[in-house]
Amino acid sequence: MRTHVHTGTAEPPADPREVVLQVRHLYKSFGANQVLSDFNFTLYRGENVVVLGKSGSGKSVLIKCIIGLMKPDSGAIHLLGKEVTTLNHDELDKLRARVGFLFQSNALYDSMTVRQNLLFPLRRTWMKQEHYNEDEMVRQALKDVGLEHTMEMMPAELSGGMRKRIALARTLIMRPEIILYDEPTTGLDPITGREIVDLIVAIQKKYRASSVIISHDMTCVRLASDRVVMLIDGKCYAEGTYDELQRSDDPKVKQFFE
Amino acid sequence: MYEAGDLSRFAGRFMREWFRPRYELAEFFRQCFIIGYKSFPLVALTGFIMGLVLTMQLRPSLIRYGVESQLPAMVGIAIVREIGPVITALIFAGKIGSSIGAELGSMKVTEQIDAMEVSGTNPFKYLVVTRVAAATLMLPVLVMLGDAISLYGAYLGVNIRGNTSFHLFFTQVINNLAYGDVLPAFIKSFFFGFAVGIIGCYKGYYSQKGTEGVGRSANAAVVIASVMVFVIDLLAVQITDLLGLN
Repeated sequence: MRTHVHTGTAEPPADPREVVLQVRHLYKSFGANQVLSDFNFTLYRGENVVVLGKSGSGKSVLIKCIIGLMKPDSGAIHLLGKEVTTLNHDELDKLRARVGFLFQSNALYDSMTVRQNLLFPLRRTWMKQEHYNEDEMVRQALKDVGLEHTMEMMPAELSGGMRKRIALARTLIMRPEIILYDEPTTGLDPITGREIVDLIVAIQKKYRASSVIISHDMTCVRLASDRVVMLIDGKCYAEGTYDELQRSDDPKVKQFFE
Repeated sequence: MYEAGDLSRFAGRFMREWFRPRYELAEFFRQCFIIGYKSFPLVALTGFIMGLVLTMQLRPSLIRYGVESQLPAMVGIAIVREIGPVITALIFAGKIGSSIGAELGSMKVTEQIDAMEVSGTNPFKYLVVTRVAAATLMLPVLVMLGDAISLYGAYLGVNIRGNTSFHLFFTQVINNLAYGDVLPAFIKSFFFGFAVGIIGCYKGYYSQKGTEGVGRSANAAVVIASVMVFVIDLLAVQITDLLGLN
């Protein structure tokens, strides 16, 4: 794949792979602060894409728009065949059941045990479906993140890295087709951060889920990405593999690799 | 004024969501347990002390006017009509208003409310409707229990310097209470509960600025809810007066 440095609003070349997420001409502002400005981006099935940008560049806003937690000012977000911006609440809930979201703060429910945290989304979206063994699903999700022994613990009893893994397990238990990661290594020491990145890569291989990873951690970008999208000035400024972007002569791209 | 408008919209949304499925019954009953049952010891203790102290304070004045025998009736009417509901509501605002404000506030700043939303759950229904409904229904129950314990405290207060039987005391209390004393007080306690619940939820749900914002939400929830208790009480007195129940 060739590195593209986008200078206009031209559509990217057609690709034969299955598109699971397509963001087109997305605009979002907060007062006078234009955060996203004609942002375009495509995610293909089974692909890990890292959205790289400085702090405050609008990365988190982007994935919150994708999952419908924020409404964009204009533009289109086509997620798993549905246009997110036009869905009603019930339709959005159904779509969200197919998409996992790992929050930057983990967002574990303080008043619930690890087991209850994992069961919460499961019971609320799968409860109308036929038989499923919830104990087995909880055990499997915890096994995937290597924390089977924490089932009856409270979030406050866990370390930062463990909480991140549990949050990931809560995302995985829903068997999502797409996982959105909001700064998965922020606030973790380099070793734990590396473990989380390895886990993300292992999970992607095991479940073949597509992922959008929001990050400014270059180790995470290098290890977890199939493709990198650079969010600069509210736009998809450049995209390509890590190696391709590393070789770029563009000063705005180069500053991330120095 | 801007905030009053937002709070009204928030209350309006509660009214709309209240009737719509899905009904979060398990969470509602859990909140009834937390808001009602767990508040009972505090309400009982303050009610008991209030009844005891009120009786001991009233006795010298009634002796001065030679109507000491009317002490059970006066204390009973004062507790059931006014002091019981208002003091219980203020205690409730302090305990439940702050706890709801802080709990929802911390859930907001740690993205737990967003996490709920992406899990296919309507956080307003799960967090707000259940808490407001539980507060609205539990406060009248607490007021009734608080009144009963307060009257028992008054009975003990009467007997510190006198000798009145349990039967005689409560017969005098009940014989001097009319529907106009009990019913408006009971009805207004639903409004007190609703005000405490909706203000606590509103301040917590829209909490901002991190942990500092959580503290502010909890504080504002208590202050505004306490003021609202007095405002509702004032309106309730006017309405009962207009209806000729006073």
